[in-house]
Amino acid sequence: MSTPALMPDPELRPVISAERVRVDLGGRTILTDVGFDIEDGELVAILGPNGAGKSTLLKVVLGLVKPVSGRVSVLGQPAGRANARIGYVPQFRAIEAETTLRARDVVRFGLDGNRWGPGWPSRAREMRIDAVLDEVDGRELAKAAMGELSGGERQRLLIAQALLSDPRLLLLDEPLASLDLGREQEIISLIRKICRSRDVAVLFVTHDVNPLLSDIDRVLYLANGRSAIGPPDQVITRDCLSDLYGTPVEVVKTGGRVFVIGARI
Amino acid sequence: MKTLIELLRYPFIVNALVTGSAVAVAAAASGYFMVCRRATFAGHALPNIGFAGAAGAVLLGIEPVYGLFAITILAAIAIGMLARDLRDRDVTVGVIMTFALGLGFLFLALYSGYAQRVYGILFGSILGISVRAARVTAAAAAASIAVLAILYRPLLFSTFDPELAQARGVPVPLLSVLFLVILAIIASLAVQVMGALLLFTLLVGPAATATRIVKSPLGAIALSIALGLLYVWLGIMIAAANGTVPVSFCIASLSFVVYLPVRLLVRPGGERRYGSERPARQPV
Repeated sequence: MSTPALMPDPELRPVISAERVRVDLGGRTILTDVGFDIEDGELVAILGPNGAGKSTLLKVVLGLVKPVSGRVSVLGQPAGRANARIGYVPQFRAIEAETTLRARDVVRFGLDGNRWGPGWPSRAREMRIDAVLDEVDGRELAKAAMGELSGGERQRLLIAQALLSDPRLLLLDEPLASLDLGREQEIISLIRKICRSRDVAVLFVTHDVNPLLSDIDRVLYLANGRSAIGPPDQVITRDCLSDLYGTPVEVVKTGGRVFVIGARI
Repeated sequence: MKTLIELLRYPFIVNALVTGSAVAVAAAASGYFMVCRRATFAGHALPNIGFAGAAGAVLLGIEPVYGLFAITILAAIAIGMLARDLRDRDVTVGVIMTFALGLGFLFLALYSGYAQRVYGILFGSILGISVRAARVTAAAAAASIAVLAILYRPLLFSTFDPELAQARGVPVPLLSVLFLVILAIIASLAVQVMGALLLFTLLVGPAATATRIVKSPLGAIALSIALGLLYVWLGIMIAAANGTVPVSFCIASLSFVVYLPVRLLVRPGGERRYGSERPARQPV
C-alpha cells in the first residue's frame, strides 16, 4: 500500500513548522521573524533573554496567540486545531501553590477536564491515570493536596497530566523554574526519559542551558525578535548569536559550561 | 422529634421546608464553585443587586421575583463580560453593586405603599411562601443543578486552571459568564428564603466549611449540600418552635457556629501532609 502522492502522510511532516512568524502583543512587536521546524521525538530547549518571547512562542504553537503574519502548522494543521494531541504545562500558576485539590484530581483534568457532563466513575479512566502517574513515579504523591507538594513534585504531576492526552508534542514552559539543582536534574532526566520512551517531541522553555547541555538534541534561541535553531554547539557560538542579537556577543566556555556575555538584553 | 411532626401539620411549614431545601441544595452546590473560583464577592453582590430589581418591580406593581431575575441575570452577564481579570473583578463588582443599591434606595423612596414587601426582600419571608412559589422554586433549583452537572468537568477545570483549560479548548470566558448567570438565578430564588442581605450565608457558609474538610470536589459538594440542608431544616424548626427569632437569623447563626471551629481547627486541604520534601518556597 502506498500513500497517494497528493495526500502526504501527516505523520511524516514536521511536528511543528513555523515560517516568518511575526507577533505583536499590546502594541509591541515580540517576534519579528521566527522560523523553525521541530521533528518527531526530538528534545528542544527554547533559550533567550527575558522578554524574548519564549512563552509567547508556545502560545503561538497552541493557537492562543495569533501571529500578525507568517505561518505556523502543528501536526500538519494550522496552530490551534491539533491541541488535543499537544500536552502543555504552562508556567507556574496559582493552581500549583494554592489549591487544596488532591493532586490526582488535578492530573485528571488532563484526561477529561474538557468534556461536558459530570463524568461517571470509570475503572478504565482510573487505570490510565495510574499509568501516567507511574511514568513520572508519582502515584503516591498524587494522594496529597497539590498545595502540599514541593515545586519538583508538582512539576512531575503536571507532566503526568500533560501525558494523559497521549501527546505527539509536549510544550513545557519553564519546567525548571525555582527548582534547586538536584530537583532540576531529576526533572530533566524525567523529560528526557519520556521524550525517548514515547518518541514525543518536547519543546521546553528554560533560562539556563547549562544543566541540560548534554541532554538536549537542539536549541531554539530567541533574541531580538528572531530565532536560530540547531545543536547547542552550533547555535551557542559567537558568530551565530552576534548575528542573532545584531550586536557583538561573546560566548565563553569554561568547565563544561557556556556563558553568553555582552548581549544587550 | 415530636415538635417536628407537629410542625409538619402546618402547610406553611411544609412549603418553607420544600423551598428552603431546594434553595439550600442549589446554593450549596454552586457555592462550592463560587468559593473555589474566589468569586465570593460576586456571590455577595448579586442578591444585593437583586434587591434593586425587586424594589423596582414592587414600584411598578409586578411580582418582585421578576425584577430579581431580570436584574441579577443582567448584572451577572455584565460582571462576567467586564471582569475577565481576577485582579479587577472585585472593583467591577463593587461599582455595579453600589450603583444597583443606589437604584434600590431610589425605588424605595419613590414607593409609597406598604413597606413590608420590601422588608421581606431584604430579610426573607420563608414562612410566608405559597405552594405555587414553593413548586416554582423547587423546579428552578433542580434545573440549576442539572445545568451545573452538565458543566461540571469543564467548569471545574476552568475554575482551578483557566490557562490550561483554555489551551485544551474549554470556552473559559463563556463558562465564567454562564456560572455567574446560574449564581444569579439561584440568588434570585434564595432571596425569598433568606432575603437579599442574608442569603449569602447559604452560598458561602456550607461550601467554605466543606472545602476545609474534604479535598475531592464531589465530596466537598456533597458535604456542602448536607450542611446547607441541615442549616435550613434546623433553622426553620428552631424559628417555628420559638416563634420570635426569624428563620434567616437562625440559618446564618448555625452556619457561623459550624464554620468557626472548622476554620480554627482544620488546616485547608485536610488531614495530613504527604511526602518527605518541604513545600516549595520561591527562592529569593
